[in-house]
Amino acid sequence: MPYIPNTDRDRQAMFAKIGVKDFCELIAAIPEKFRLKDELKLDKPMTELEITNKIQSQTCRNTCTQTANSFLGAGVYDHFIPAAVDAIISRPEFLTAYTPYQAEVSQGTLQFIYEYQTMICELTGMEIANASMYDGASAVAEAVLMAVRKNKKNKALLPGTLNPTFVDIIRSYTEGIGVELVTIPMKDGVTDLDALKELMNEDVGSVVVQNPNYFGNLEDVDAISEITHSQKGALLIACVNPISLAILKTPGDYNADIVVGEGQALGNGQSFGGPLFGFFATKLDMARQMPGRIVGGTLDAEGKRAYALTLQAREQHIRRAKATSNICSNQSLCTLAATVYLSLMGREGLKEAAIQSAQKAHYLASEFVKIDGISMRYPSAKFYNEFVIQTACDAQTLVDKLAPYGIYAGVVLGKNELMLAVTEKKSKAAIDDFVNRVKEACHA
Amino acid sequence: MPKTIFEYSSEGRHGVNLPEREIDIPLGEMFDSKQLREKDARLPQVSKLEVMRHYVGLSSLNHFIEKGMYPLGSCTMKYNPKIHDLIAKHTCFANLHPLQPESTIQGALELMYELQNDLAEISGMANVTLQPSAGAQGEYTGIKIIAQYHKAKGNTHKTKIIIPDSAHGTNPATCRLVGYDVVELKSDENGRCDINQLRELVDENTAGFMLTNPSTLGLFETQIEEIAEILHSVDALIYMDGANLNALLGICQPGKNGFDIIHFNLHKTFSTPHGGGGPGAGPVGVVEKLLPYLPVPMVAKNDEGYFLDYSHQESSIGKIHSFYGNFGVLVRAYVYIKMLGGKGLRRASENAIINANYIMAHLKNYYHIQHPEHCMHEFVADSSWQKSKYGVNTLDIAKRLLDKGFHAPTVYFPLIIPEAMMIEPTETESLETLDMFIQAMIEIAKEAEENPALLHEAPISTPVRRVDDVRAVKELDPIFKIEG
Repeated sequence: MPYIPNTDRDRQAMFAKIGVKDFCELIAAIPEKFRLKDELKLDKPMTELEITNKIQSQTCRNTCTQTANSFLGAGVYDHFIPAAVDAIISRPEFLTAYTPYQAEVSQGTLQFIYEYQTMICELTGMEIANASMYDGASAVAEAVLMAVRKNKKNKALLPGTLNPTFVDIIRSYTEGIGVELVTIPMKDGVTDLDALKELMNEDVGSVVVQNPNYFGNLEDVDAISEITHSQKGALLIACVNPISLAILKTPGDYNADIVVGEGQALGNGQSFGGPLFGFFATKLDMARQMPGRIVGGTLDAEGKRAYALTLQAREQHIRRAKATSNICSNQSLCTLAATVYLSLMGREGLKEAAIQSAQKAHYLASEFVKIDGISMRYPSAKFYNEFVIQTACDAQTLVDKLAPYGIYAGVVLGKNELMLAVTEKKSKAAIDDFVNRVKEACHA
Repeated sequence: MPKTIFEYSSEGRHGVNLPEREIDIPLGEMFDSKQLREKDARLPQVSKLEVMRHYVGLSSLNHFIEKGMYPLGSCTMKYNPKIHDLIAKHTCFANLHPLQPESTIQGALELMYELQNDLAEISGMANVTLQPSAGAQGEYTGIKIIAQYHKAKGNTHKTKIIIPDSAHGTNPATCRLVGYDVVELKSDENGRCDINQLRELVDENTAGFMLTNPSTLGLFETQIEEIAEILHSVDALIYMDGANLNALLGICQPGKNGFDIIHFNLHKTFSTPHGGGGPGAGPVGVVEKLLPYLPVPMVAKNDEGYFLDYSHQESSIGKIHSFYGNFGVLVRAYVYIKMLGGKGLRRASENAIINANYIMAHLKNYYHIQHPEHCMHEFVADSSWQKSKYGVNTLDIAKRLLDKGFHAPTVYFPLIIPEAMMIEPTETESLETLDMFIQAMIEIAKEAEENPALLHEAPISTPVRRVDDVRAVKELDPIFKIEG
């Protein structure tokens, strides 16, 4: 039997020590009628060789983005990942370790989390970060909940430019405690500042801004921050793309109060949309309202530098019904990938990845607008590495026509709207090929 | 402790080269200057070898499964087969974008479809959503389903959920998140739910009941049939916290024993690695009448193949995850189930139970055990004898175990047993390893008697000595102060 060392002979010896004659005696507490008489109806056990063959036939029916020419984004991006990332996260010392509750035998995990928290704060301009949330969606939902805890105001303003799945999950998470969610209309692909001004009042506890927003466009973050903070106590929640922060203004620069986002782009594969991880950072004075695990530096009994989980009195295993969140397991290994990735890319490397992603996206956009029947959906907006085009032909038809060529043309947002993302991995030749195929498809 | 990665930084060094720019558009053409960062992020500037040495060095400070046993109660730290990781990293899983055309993801969808079915069979439920990222998010999904069920039935008066005092902290925290009041149910002298008190607590306002089975005392809830009758008589739903499902594989199917909803911890029962705290996965199974409320999308199949099914969107609780859950974790659990099959899963639970009872039989003369009857896959001992006689507490014993090469048990939990030590060996530990663990525990019991000071000082042979977690709170230091 795979992975189960003890044999029938071992079991007999153990029964003797326990003082039972067989296994059934050990489960006497389970009412007879609830005990399964037959074996579970599952496939017959496979060996490692058999399962490998089965998987091979399954994966053959997937076409991954390594062989396709993909322009899909919408929260999950295909950035370059150095091989050393996998070498570190595959080490059993990290992979099969438990949550670092026993600090003395978990310093490796605790220290990398401390380094991760530092890097997230450095990118976002914040003062404290937690060890991760499940994904960007749950991170932004928890941020809205934290704002309610902080200022006791039950109204949150969500921009019409926010990732629609994030909106769904915020609604789901806040329904139970009765938070009123109001949508800030958008104008020309960004948050309508006049509408925001009108919506601001003393009931508003938080305003969310996504930058770059769901459509890839850059928001007027300074103005949004100023309008938000014109209302005393209102908190600005910034939802950001971490690689973009190598070049774009940090949320700290525009005085955001809570910063969250999807972290997958930092050294984690697309993996069919999971595991992802959400990062969560804020200012020190709100540390005690934060959800999730936090690592802090401290000393051991001999006065040596050491690390431990800290502020645990916020968490469910201590505070139970009064905890700041119900989260227990998070996405630790994904943050290790992010930490190693950021260490390898370094100051210049991350900047280069951000710049090349933006440059290639802008090049694609500039080629597109030369095509008859394609225009920028939001021509007045500045964008980072993702943008929306307007297509004269049906967008879904365009996507379907390109799929047989191994091209994933983008995410269809409406009948004539297509959203595309480009990263530093994309070659100019692949972009040019895509543009030519689109030309053909549009004019066929 | 080692330096932080930031302290290795030296101006101009880097660990990665990107290809030269093929397209060079100046930043000023793409962005307004006020949109740009003024000062570079002070990320480390280090070479690849320095990065590797640093993190390999850190890794050597950890305890992990391949190094030694984790007798962690309710955490099910079993061996994580390496074939799982290899398959999950297959380029055609690792490099799939979640929004690709359905025709290009048929293999991934088939795997999810089969896993939904396999988990449904294992639990005796009608179907299973794979979306929740972890056990606590599974609980959240389950309690949202309870709320949605009552909403659909017009049960507006249902305001409370009952939870036993032996439950994990995530249970009450989750109920509060969904907006329910939490009512605590006491355990009786046998360590089971106090049925008489349950009868008193259950009324028309009861929305549901969360029960961990076997409980965190390692005991099967013998009165589950009666409990189900009491709850169902007021149209309340019963949620099974599946943290301890490793005791029941192929032995009983909760969905056929009165439970309406269950969550699985794939990172416990189905052997996916804990990753130092995640990612795990917390799929949720439900009985037939709750199918309309499962999150969207489910994976379904028709004549043309597999597809993401949003058909019940109207009645559903909606989405729980940005996409479809922790797919990379699902792949690992799928491989595990396929390799063990029905017979292997049953054998896993049997041996998990035998291993726990074997340890208990050896330790009962050395440590107090509140409920010494045969346990399921775990049991709770405590240090009350050591504490009263020698002033040695559970923390001391836990730390001393680290010196002896074992991880500590789950300590000070469940809360209803003072000085608790919850021990779960899992089926992947051999008789010889169990004997070594037993030996270590007996030695510690003797050390408590002969040299209690040694235990107060433990651990002494770990990478750092006992860590001051009070100071970590009082002098909060959550980030490294980067120079320059």
